[in-house]
Amino acid sequence: MQNGKINKIWELLNTVPDPEIPVISVVELGVIRDVTFSNNNYIISITPTYSGCPAVKAFQDDIKVCLKENGINNFELKIVYSPAWTTDWMTDATKEKLRKYGIAPPADTVICPQCNSKKTTLISDFGATACKALYKCSDCLEPFEFFKCI
Amino acid sequence: MSNLFTYTLRIADSSLILGQRMAQWCAKGPTLEEDIALSNISLDMFGQANGFYEYAAQLDGTKSVDDLAFLRNEREFFNHQMVEIENGHFGYTITRNFLHDAFNLLFYTKLSESKDETLSALATKSLKEVKYHLRHSTNWLIRLGDGTEDSNEKVQESLEEIWQFTAELFEMDEIDTELLNAGIGVDNTALKAQWDEIVNTTLKKAKLSRPEDAYMATGGKKGMHTEYLGFLLAEMQYLQRAYPDAKW
Repeated sequence: MQNGKINKIWELLNTVPDPEIPVISVVELGVIRDVTFSNNNYIISITPTYSGCPAVKAFQDDIKVCLKENGINNFELKIVYSPAWTTDWMTDATKEKLRKYGIAPPADTVICPQCNSKKTTLISDFGATACKALYKCSDCLEPFEFFKCI
Repeated sequence: MSNLFTYTLRIADSSLILGQRMAQWCAKGPTLEEDIALSNISLDMFGQANGFYEYAAQLDGTKSVDDLAFLRNEREFFNHQMVEIENGHFGYTITRNFLHDAFNLLFYTKLSESKDETLSALATKSLKEVKYHLRHSTNWLIRLGDGTEDSNEKVQESLEEIWQFTAELFEMDEIDTELLNAGIGVDNTALKAQWDEIVNTTLKKAKLSRPEDAYMATGGKKGMHTEYLGFLLAEMQYLQRAYPDAKW
């Protein structure tokens, strides 16, 4: 019974988009670490991407709204710091979604998401969000964002 | 006040005050990319501070994170004096950040091995971000030092001025020693050799010369501060002081 509900919660969480990169869900981002049941409460463990990322607060609110809209009220969100979030938790399918959206996915070689060229140069280690750096393609000359490996 | 509480608070305070200094660059950066970079670093520092304050508040049991950040006076802040000094020009900020980032890298590397699980987890998290901060400040220090005659002169002057705040980073007082012996805290003194190596290598690449140790400032972790901290707090704490318990 509880297991079925836990699976349902995972499914619902998978519909909550990352506020900054709406093509991937918070589950795909890897920030949902666990969903458990104790004392009649569902405990959802969340780990922040970057410690000061404003999206963390935003998606916590989105998760609350999503679960409540689906009739789940007995839950609490718990922030966990260990193990620290890493882009290694992203699956290849998630990385492909990022690429199609125009963001170079985390990888050792930064590949232009527009023309697939490997000839790219770093413009700045810091981008419009904490998780991204700015790059430029030397072939198609387009600037683009790279999801930093962390 | 337990020693673990004070120890945690000191770490949080240095992150918060440096975060506030970086926030002061927002909309004033020399280029758009730098504006974004310094604002991002500010967010990281605030995030790190928040994690350590949450733990401190939990240890204390009576104060909230906001109480700790917004309702203490200068003498109750335990940050390194290096992070509270004014930003000066861009090269001055970069020089200060480089010296502090190099320390943070070594400090968090050691703290991540702490027997205290929370401190260890927060340090591991912070370390990932600090690596980017150090890369940023190192690259800029080299560009400015090995840039024009003017930029070299400006960062060399900054280095001479900020140098007096470097000794404090490696000090140990009775709280540090007690926590070190308990397997919780870091041996700051032992970080000096590696810090020297990072600093000397980068200064060489940047064509800058390492200042001689002369008068060295101290006292931050005992609540003794430069005149600059009060002005910073007055601005940062204004809202909570004028409208107590205001919420977004």
